[in-house]
Amino acid sequence: MGSVGAKDVPVLLSPEGLRIDGRRLDELRPLRIQAGPLHQADGSAFVEWGANKVMAAVYGPREVHPRHLQQNNKAVIQCKYNMAAFSVDERKRPGLDRRSQEISKVIAEAFESVVFAEEFPRTSIDVYIEVLQANAGTRCAGVVAASVALADAGIPMVDLVPSVAVGKIAGQIALDLKKEEDNFGEADLPMALVPQSGRLVLLQMEGHMTPDELSKALDLGVVGCKAIYEKMKQALRDRYTVDPVATGAA
Amino acid sequence: MGGKVYASVLGLLTTKPPFLQVLPLSGRYIPKPDDVVIGTVTDCQGTFWLLDIGAPRWAPLHMTGTPWNVEIGETEKFLRVRDSVIVRVENLDPTGRIGVTMLGDGLGKLEGGTIVTVSPARIPRVVGRGGSMIETITRHTGAQVAVGQNGRVWINGTPDAILRASEALRLIEDQAQRRGLTERVESYLVSTSSSNDRGPETAARESAHRDAPPQHVPPVGPADERIDPESVGPGPDEY
Amino acid sequence: MTAEVTAEIRTAHILDLAGEGKRLDGRGPDEYRRVQVEPGFVTTADGSALVRIGDTAVLAGIKLEPGKPFPDTPNAGVLTTNAELIPLSSPVFEPGPPQPGAIEVSRVVDRAIRAAEAIDLTRLCVTPGEKTWVCYVDLHVLDHSGNLIDTAMLAGVSALAHATVPAKRFGIAESDYPLDLQHVPVECTFVRLGDALVVDPTFDEEQAAQGRITIATDETGRVVAMQKGLVGAFSPDDVREVVRRALVHGDRLRIAARGGTA
Repeated sequence: MGSVGAKDVPVLLSPEGLRIDGRRLDELRPLRIQAGPLHQADGSAFVEWGANKVMAAVYGPREVHPRHLQQNNKAVIQCKYNMAAFSVDERKRPGLDRRSQEISKVIAEAFESVVFAEEFPRTSIDVYIEVLQANAGTRCAGVVAASVALADAGIPMVDLVPSVAVGKIAGQIALDLKKEEDNFGEADLPMALVPQSGRLVLLQMEGHMTPDELSKALDLGVVGCKAIYEKMKQALRDRYTVDPVATGAA
Repeated sequence: MGGKVYASVLGLLTTKPPFLQVLPLSGRYIPKPDDVVIGTVTDCQGTFWLLDIGAPRWAPLHMTGTPWNVEIGETEKFLRVRDSVIVRVENLDPTGRIGVTMLGDGLGKLEGGTIVTVSPARIPRVVGRGGSMIETITRHTGAQVAVGQNGRVWINGTPDAILRASEALRLIEDQAQRRGLTERVESYLVSTSSSNDRGPETAARESAHRDAPPQHVPPVGPADERIDPESVGPGPDEY
Repeated sequence: MTAEVTAEIRTAHILDLAGEGKRLDGRGPDEYRRVQVEPGFVTTADGSALVRIGDTAVLAGIKLEPGKPFPDTPNAGVLTTNAELIPLSSPVFEPGPPQPGAIEVSRVVDRAIRAAEAIDLTRLCVTPGEKTWVCYVDLHVLDHSGNLIDTAMLAGVSALAHATVPAKRFGIAESDYPLDLQHVPVECTFVRLGDALVVDPTFDEEQAAQGRITIATDETGRVVAMQKGLVGAFSPDDVREVVRRALVHGDRLRIAARGGTA
């Protein structure tokens, strides 16, 4: 648990309450969101969060391929989360893997809760998330990027969906784990919030926590999500701010 | 919900009491009945064609919705994949099926010219109040123009006319939210007309450089210029 | 946003313009779009570069790992190139196994790197017959607005030029060292539009094209690879012409590979 002197295990929390990157327990890593960086996609977003670099693109609503997946009364939301081969320290072989498939499903379900899919029967809204550089919390960064991309694509939704992972390091509940904290910490809890309703549409947990710790983690996560929400809104506003130098230059 | 109104898409909020309107800034074209749209044939079946009109679904054009005498199985003789047409949206059913027809004035197969795409949200600006903007473009270029509500614009004429009209559309798309757009477009068209020293190729080359605003267009205003809600979408009293 | 089906009148218009030496975006037949190279974009890779040519964007990542050499080349390192045409980058790509287009891009880029001997593969050998460095070149297409080959090639070469062999991390040597390219190949792609041969085609120009030809050159002025693609034909004089033009463009692209804008 981050004991001093143990080989290869870093000290996750200093006596002063500082984490290995100097953050306090309730601080987010630096987060930068850019809406609309891609030209082909209907909507897109690029997120740089700590050392994560994640690109998301949305196509749709559009015709469903393959056709048999069509739903008569609403759009299907298909999500594909993928990590680039060079995004992790040990090269990841290209192609489907079980972890990516699970994450894709969980993220698609999160968006199904907020997108007004009934407005577009028999269509597909395709969400693609590419992790270009990974450092823990990639599925949360993916949700943030995809949410902004959906808004950028003009897809009607109840709300944007901020997301963050809360964890437990050195026995303390901490917000937004980075890689070492995720690897050597005691619990990891990714979540995604719909600010308007105050409800969670993505929730996973791995590790061990007491019910009290879990309760504290949920509250901390909600606070983190609200801060991220503001950044997401700003990124979309910035997209449409009139700038004489940038006008015409994408 | 709970007495409050929420916007479900990113857009500009305008108030023309008692109306509140959110004009979407982005998104695919959402068809409305009576919209005239330009589409491209993506599939040819025995009794109908499927058109890509930039909407969430392809639109079926039935053989009876054309002025031609089409026999079953002979649809390909009249329209093939990649042909372009101008049609009118007739009906939308709850399953999302977009019925279109080619029967009517100004509708039919498009021959020659080219298609330029702009964001559907910009179309009202492309047309202008009472058609003023599109009239300005056709008057200065001599081009034939057909505007689809789905953001597709057909332009026909000399290569020079097509180039300048396309560039005018690009200007509108990039700067639609600024005031003084009509003057800027007119200024561009006048400065690039063939009676001017500067050849159309040079003008096009200059405006192809996206780094700087086109040289012959008056400089744009300060960065904190407010977005003009009048410039986006029709008001309740227009069209 | 590109429509999935390109209207025939649009491709006809592109051909008409080409007949007059003009292009849709106002470029000349021998003009590249704006080239931007950002080396080191991804720090988890041993080398990387994000390259944009116009609106097309490809991210290349290099990963070096110890592995076994091939039996027939016991003294050489292993180089393998893979291009991913992910659906994120275009409405025309579907998820699933690599399409022929992806495989062609991978192989054309790989061929040029190999033929130019960009990397001295014998330098990658650790223990002959037993241990060698395997160099993975992964090309991730992010935005497809035409000319994936030139963009992917430039990204791959720039990433290699800025790559470090992680010898220390894998306990093979005392410290990491730069990969060091001995040759710098780049690729130039032309398409035939009517009688005109135009360089750096956009997506729409590729749809209208009646043939495509790619010439790879290195910094010594050698031609190291060629590929004809799409349906169409080129005369030997056509080939001589594009080789001549490719040599000029190649030098400019090589400068860009170091990083910056061209």
